[in-house]
Amino acid sequence: MVLSFLVPLALWSALSYIPGLWHPLVHVTDAGSVDYFVTDMDVPRATFDQEVVKARAAGQDLPKGYLVNPVYLPAPHKVLFAFYTAFKTPPRLQNEPWLHESLGHSIRTIFLGFVMSSIFGLPLGILCGSYRFFAKLQEPFIEFFRYLPAPAFGALCVAILGIDDAPKIAIIFIGTFFQQVLVIGNTVRKVDPALLEASQTLGARGLRLMTRVIIPASITDIYTDMRILLGWAWTYLIVAEVVGTMSGITLFINQQARYRHFENVYAAIAMIGIIGLSTDMFLAWLGTVLFPWKRRARSGSSKFKWIGKLLPQPPVSASEPTKPVEEKPAAELNVAR
Amino acid sequence: MSLGELKLPDYREQTPAVAARFERIRQRPVTLKVRNLKKCFGSNGDAHIVFDNVSLDIHRREFICVVGASGCGKSTLARIVAGLDEATGGSILLDEKPVAGPGPDRGMVFQGYTLFPWLTVRRNVMFGLQMQGRDQNTAQSEARQWLDMVGLGKFENLYPHELSGGMKQRVAIARALANNPRILIMDEPFAALDAQTRCQMQSYLLQIWKKVDATILFITHDLDEAAYLSDRILVMASNPGRVVEFIENPVPRPRSDAQFLSPEFLALKKRLEEHIHPPSEVAEKLPMIKLTEAGDEVE
Repeated sequence: MVLSFLVPLALWSALSYIPGLWHPLVHVTDAGSVDYFVTDMDVPRATFDQEVVKARAAGQDLPKGYLVNPVYLPAPHKVLFAFYTAFKTPPRLQNEPWLHESLGHSIRTIFLGFVMSSIFGLPLGILCGSYRFFAKLQEPFIEFFRYLPAPAFGALCVAILGIDDAPKIAIIFIGTFFQQVLVIGNTVRKVDPALLEASQTLGARGLRLMTRVIIPASITDIYTDMRILLGWAWTYLIVAEVVGTMSGITLFINQQARYRHFENVYAAIAMIGIIGLSTDMFLAWLGTVLFPWKRRARSGSSKFKWIGKLLPQPPVSASEPTKPVEEKPAAELNVAR
Repeated sequence: MSLGELKLPDYREQTPAVAARFERIRQRPVTLKVRNLKKCFGSNGDAHIVFDNVSLDIHRREFICVVGASGCGKSTLARIVAGLDEATGGSILLDEKPVAGPGPDRGMVFQGYTLFPWLTVRRNVMFGLQMQGRDQNTAQSEARQWLDMVGLGKFENLYPHELSGGMKQRVAIARALANNPRILIMDEPFAALDAQTRCQMQSYLLQIWKKVDATILFITHDLDEAAYLSDRILVMASNPGRVVEFIENPVPRPRSDAQFLSPEFLALKKRLEEHIHPPSEVAEKLPMIKLTEAGDEVE
């Protein structure tokens, strides 16, 4: 996992720090005799070289500068620094939000959209998965609606819900809900039919078949689906925040781009990734706590052990071994007798 | 095959003790009555007949094994009795009442264990009891008794994935028996286990059966298993599936591994072999390929 991050990071560092590897521009520190050069201006390398040759031929002051990459590719250390400063720097205008305020706003929007989608989507998905009647009733329409891109409802949402947060939440809802019903319906349908049959021969029927067998049998897969869907909700966030009055992290990114503070833009984008990844890892760890029967000795918990150390320990019964217990035939025969 | 050369008694010969036992069994009430059962797959026009004309009576506390070549529909028979599949024709009566759909009066043990992975061993056994409306405490103490019966009392708090195959199947047996079913249907329950564990489980099952009032319908393709466990063996043939013989097992009880070489056991096994693996005529009819060019003569 670490390696998968190191490769692109190394590539980025190489482009930024090895001079001449790319660096198509020259950052002017001293205009010299070139009349259209201004200090702190970036000019193409070819133009700069041309002017140097011209100035030398004319015996005038030479322009000075150093090689740089375009402003849209800041070096890693600048972005890293921006990570720190972006939280410390007050916004330029008084009514503009700080980075953490922007992030908080975005997280709130996502959270509300996702929770509202789940309140309706989860039960409906489970119903569709459990009963063919509901699947036939709901799924064709949802299948149709799923293809309508959520941003297409932007104008409509604004007209109905105003320009503040409501239409943004609505777009995340639209983007998530329909996928959610179908994905969860599908997951529930994949419950091992042998388990259903076994429970029926034990006397389970009707609603209890659903609450005692279907839901617990599929809950771990539903949980995984929800984690993936939460990722989708983040992709809808950026679209949603453009609707009505721009807000949240999108507003921050757009403004920083306008001020040409690209290191802040990168920091903000990376921040989304970090929030997404850490949320997902936390949820994965939480899954191993919530569903102890999924905890295996070889996988699952071990990968997220370090998160577990940071958080309160899950309740594990002391008698619970991690390896399958081997049988002791003779001894147990005596017990049976 | 050396079985054919041995001088064996007739498989129908019974010692007086065995004959008396069968007489006693016949006096008991009939628990399960199957009459002219028929099962087809597909539409009624060109339906594929799985089996037809299957009839049998199972007396209370009897241990019936069903054997047959693959495709004879023995598992389908078990599923229909359990109510998981529907018969095309015929009738099934449990205690003289027709059955419809699955129910707790017919317990089932599957080849694939089918324990609920999200429940601990104890809660798996409690499942059926709670479905019967037993309260938490009663269900818990009853489940403990059943787990002690199958020798898994100390493992009650483990999850199924922490158990070995044999242990899982014992939990499944405890779970099915806890419901006190009128008949316990076992569909090749030990087929997925290794040979050693299977032998062990067979002795276990006989021990448990001795202690509880259970009538068992046991599906298997293992002839030794059938001969070792059963009171009577229903032999089925395929294409189309049908009953060819209902054999009274001449091997006296109590059973032990030592009987695997007894004359009664071998006679019974020989008879079963003849049914399941009839002398093949196909090989005789194949054209013979002579490898004359290589200089080898085929015998």
